[in-house]
Parts: sequence; C-alpha cells; structure tokens
Amino acid sequence: MPLVSVEGVRKVFRNGTLALDRVDFAIAKGEFVSLLGPSGCGKSTLLRIIAGLVESTAGEIEGQDALAGRIGFVFQEPTLMPWATVWDNVYLPLRLAGESRAGVSDRIGRTLAAVGLEAFERSYPRELSGGMKMRVSIARALVTSPELLLLDEPFAALDEITRFKLNEDLLQLWQAHHWTVVFVTHSVFESAFLSSRVVVMTPRPGRIVADMPIDLDYPRVSSLRTAPHYTELCRALSHRLAEGMMA
Amino acid sequence: MTDRALRVLGPAIVGVLFLAAWEAVVRYFEIPWYVLPGPALVGETLWRDGPSLLGSLWVTLRITIAALAAAILLGGAIAILFAQSRVLEQSFLPYAIALQVTPVVAIAPLIIIWVNDAYWSVLILALIVAFFPIVANTTLGLNSADRNLAALFKLYRATRWQTLRYLRMPTALPNFLAGVKISGGLALVGAVVAELVAGTGGSETGLAYRILEAGYRLEIARQMAALVLLALTGMAIYFSLDRGSRWLLSHWHESALPDEE
Repeated sequence: MPLVSVEGVRKVFRNGTLALDRVDFAIAKGEFVSLLGPSGCGKSTLLRIIAGLVESTAGEIEGQDALAGRIGFVFQEPTLMPWATVWDNVYLPLRLAGESRAGVSDRIGRTLAAVGLEAFERSYPRELSGGMKMRVSIARALVTSPELLLLDEPFAALDEITRFKLNEDLLQLWQAHHWTVVFVTHSVFESAFLSSRVVVMTPRPGRIVADMPIDLDYPRVSSLRTAPHYTELCRALSHRLAEGMMA
Repeated sequence: MTDRALRVLGPAIVGVLFLAAWEAVVRYFEIPWYVLPGPALVGETLWRDGPSLLGSLWVTLRITIAALAAAILLGGAIAILFAQSRVLEQSFLPYAIALQVTPVVAIAPLIIIWVNDAYWSVLILALIVAFFPIVANTTLGLNSADRNLAALFKLYRATRWQTLRYLRMPTALPNFLAGVKISGGLALVGAVVAELVAGTGGSETGLAYRILEAGYRLEIARQMAALVLLALTGMAIYFSLDRGSRWLLSHWHESALPDEE
C-alpha cells in the first residue's frame, strides 16, 4: 500500500500550456524518490500538486487527504521570514499549529542541532550564508516530524562543496528518521547519490519516461561519488534522460 | 568628510549663507520691516514672543498628533479591510482617492457646519488630509507577501487571522511606516490649513490663527517667527518618525541596514 499515489495527473496552465500529461507513479512509505528532469518538465508543478498547493486539471493524488498537515516542503529559495530570527522561522509551523513557545523549545533546539545551527538561533536570515539559510529552511520542514518531505531543487543555487555536504547531511537525517522523501532535481549525480529510486521526466508535455531503482547500499558517503557502480548508474540515468528528450 | 559631518555641516553652511544674504539685501535696499523684516528682527521677535507662540504651537501640535494617531488607526484598519477582499478594495478605493484629492479648504466649510465645534472640525480635517498615504502604502504592503511563504502558510493550514498576523502584517510594516512618515507631515499641514479656515474657538488658539492675526496687524516679523516654528516642528515630526521607523526595522529591512563596507 503506497503512501501517496499519483494517478493520471494532467495539468494545463491558464495560458494553455500542457505542463503535465498522464503522470502515474506511486511512492511507498520510507522511500527516497527523486524526480529528475530538465527545467520546464513540470517536476516542480508535480511536487506542488502532491503537496496540495496547486490543483491538477485532471487525475488525483491518492492519500493526500490523510497527509494533510503532515507534509514538509522545502523551496528552491530558502523562503525565510526576514523579520524573524532563525529560532522564530523554525517555530513557524508549530506556532501555526497553536503550540506555545515554551512547549516546543526542546523540539526546536533538537531540530536546530540536527542541521548544525544551534549556535545561530538568535541570528537573522540576512546574517547567514546561502547554505545556512537552506539548513534553516530544512529545519523548519523537519520540526513538525512530517510523514512526507517534499524538496523542490533545494540545493540548486548553492556551490558544489556546500551542496555535497548538505546531500550527505540530508541522507543522514533521512536514515535516522525514515520519513518518505520526494526530491526534485535536475542533477543526474545528485539524484543517483541520494535516492532509492529515480523517476525521469521530460518536458513538453511533462511526462514520466523512466523509473529506475538505485541499488546502492546506505549509508552512502562521499567516497561513493567516485565508485564505478555509481558512475554506471549515472550514465544509465543520463542515457534515459537523453532518450526521453529525443522521443 | 564623514557622512555624518556632511549631514550637519552642509545644511548649516547653506543656512548661514542664506540668512546673511537676506540680512544684506534688507539693509542694502532699506526694505521696511512691515514688508520684509531681516532675519535678525525675526530672531529677536522669536525670542520675545517665543513663550506665547509656543503655547499656540502646543495647541496645533496636539491636534497634529491626535490626527496622526487617528490616521494610523483608521488608515491601518481600512488597509486591513481592503486586503481582505479585492471586491472591497476596488469598490471603496475611488472614494478614498476622491476624499484625498479634494482640497481640504473646500471641504472645511461643510465639516464646520456639521461638526459645530472648532477643535473637532480641525481634527477631522487634518485626519482627512493625513489618512490616505497610510491606506495606500499599507494596502500595497499587505498584498506583497512572498508567494512561497504564502504557500507554506497554506500548507500548514494557517487561518486567515494567522496569515494576516504572522505574514502579511510583518511584510507590510516597511510600507506602513513609509506611509506614517508622509502622513506625519500632512497631519501638520492639515491642522494648520484647517485652522486657517475654521479658526479656533474659545481661549486656545493654534499657530495658524496667530499667523492670521499677525498678518492683520502687519506684524510681519511675528508672522515669520511663527512660520519658523512651524517649519521646525514639521522637521522634528519627520525626523522622529524616521528614527522610529529605522529602529523598528533595524534588524532586517534593507532600508535600515548600514552601508556595506
């Protein structure tokens, strides 16, 4: 029984663009699924439809109602409130749920520690680097212990060194907590490194062209990035992507 | 020269040069005091009549502050209402604009008839002049919340009130404060213009009435002394609101951050 299942989803934008067409796939509990595709293939739109932020034109998301309020979402930009401290930004989802500051202070402390920001709880977003802002954004998504974590190209704007570090930290957190993750990316390498499964999409209209399991053992560490089997999987994914673009 | 020194020294030099030229022109052409008094005479009058003029200034200032406070409450409330629904905003905005662009001098006689109390007429007229910038700026700010943050609030099933309180109002704060800064000056202008038209009944007279009175008596120096007081008051209002605004935004907003080094 999948946690979420996307069934026959189609999305037509108001300007007539067909963004997604006949998208079907299911996400099992505990999976780390990447949606891999070039920009404009509708993968971000699909993620927003799964989250319930955007209405699909046709089709449905089975399991969405049961997940209402138990989804964490991380945007491409950190999307923090500039007027609030790191602590208050992470507190936001709990505040909206009616929790008092005192009641959740341990929880926020633990979450900030998990992303390595315990020393910055009094800082304002403008005082942080891009990577640190992203960590705050991830902490905010994690603080509610969501059942499903949706990430929309969260590391695309970061430098490679920071991105690699955040990839590894995210995997560690995922292994410790076993949420279900859907991760949107345009990087073949990132998707193969992180996921237990990669769903490949192509644009105009956005469609699924391949669904590949990544049979690499966890925990995955940085040395994997040069391992032959990893390189082979990346090649296979690139090939599927190129095939899809030709068709 | 540091930026701070420039901000003080620059205007000071311009002021001294201007006053010197004025005094020189008055003396050289022997302009009579009832046409254009020199700055020395104005200064002397300011010193002599100061206490009595300050009493009138206090009357005007009280009305200004009351009008600004009312403009903040009313303007803020109207902006929040406008932000709740586009239908409401679009239906009422033209009337708010109409009230704003109609010269207050033209509305004054009506208000005076309806209200029949000089203090309240002046207060209402000053309020009419002052409230619009707060409405316009705050409405813009309330409607400018980051789309992704708004999506996040939706995802966490925030109530309308929570979205207003924790997202839209903080987003609108810089716009609101910009509106308040403009309204502060307008409230003073409104209070003075309204008093010129309405007069002040009873024992307490505002500065506008004193200007009129001095004019009738050809006491041009006193008229100008009152003007100087008004100008200084206007600047004091502006700079204290600017200070307050910077303080409120000091942690996060670009406009309040120090220059990059």
